[in-house]
Amino acid sequence: MTLAEGVQLVSNLLLAAMMLASALGVVLFSNIVYSAFLLGGVFISMAGLYLLLNADFVAAAQVLIYVGSINVLILFAIMLVNKREDYKPVSGRLIRNIATGLVCGGLFALLGTMVMMTPWSISTESAVLSEGSVVEIGKHFFSDYLLPFELASILLLMAMVGAIIIARRDFIPEFSPSNLQQTALTLPEKPRELASAANESTES
Amino acid sequence: MQLQLQFYLLLAAALFCIGIYGLITSRNAVRVLMSIELMLNAVNLNLMGFSNFLDPQGIKGQLFTIFVLTVAAAEAAVGLAIVLAIYRNRDTVDMEQFNLLKW
Repeated sequence: MTLAEGVQLVSNLLLAAMMLASALGVVLFSNIVYSAFLLGGVFISMAGLYLLLNADFVAAAQVLIYVGSINVLILFAIMLVNKREDYKPVSGRLIRNIATGLVCGGLFALLGTMVMMTPWSISTESAVLSEGSVVEIGKHFFSDYLLPFELASILLLMAMVGAIIIARRDFIPEFSPSNLQQTALTLPEKPRELASAANESTES
Repeated sequence: MQLQLQFYLLLAAALFCIGIYGLITSRNAVRVLMSIELMLNAVNLNLMGFSNFLDPQGIKGQLFTIFVLTVAAAEAAVGLAIVLAIYRNRDTVDMEQFNLLKW
């Protein structure tokens, strides 16, 4: 084994161990904030694994999109719904957890057997692209994957509009006369009762 | 010893199973979304492994990974919006309390 192969092996195993440990932490920690930060650890180790698989562009995209936006979005959601509550115990919870663990272990055993038994037709070509992966991905995007590429942009637009519509406060349909004189360009929404009302009452 | 395709596939399978376990057993709705992200990442790792070992010249697996990334971003935004809406309605994020559609 040459030095380069040894370094690759060690970093591979380290990243894999880090990823599995953080994923277990995401699922098993009781504090959800720890889970969110460990989720970032999972995403970063995934990006490292992508680098070891000769995919520089996807690794960068993984860091930017997953760590930079999705993880931050999840943290914002945790802050918005931050409410300490003691979950009421539900009967049969332990049995359900054990059954789920068994099913997941069985699924992993099944997948592992399949992976090990299947004769994969490993390509013997060298993995080094002549022009780099970014150029290759760009060529694919603008030739044979043009339609999915455009559909992805439409999907993002729909998701953005849908998320705004869903997360907006409730619309009040009945029009009170005081609203008629109001000329400010605001969307009619249910007034926030709790924090803002308290603040306004203290200010006025 | 060179790590081969099977290593990545096993890793992705383990991550997927952890994601399914978290999806079913967790009671916090935000943690359910995180588990879905874990499962999407497992699929991405599968695609990247296939792309590197079976098709190293025309890296189509990386393209699929980028599409999955897009869908994951959209899913996270809409999912968190739904969590916010349901939190406003029910004043809880406990998955056991979301039983409006249960008969």
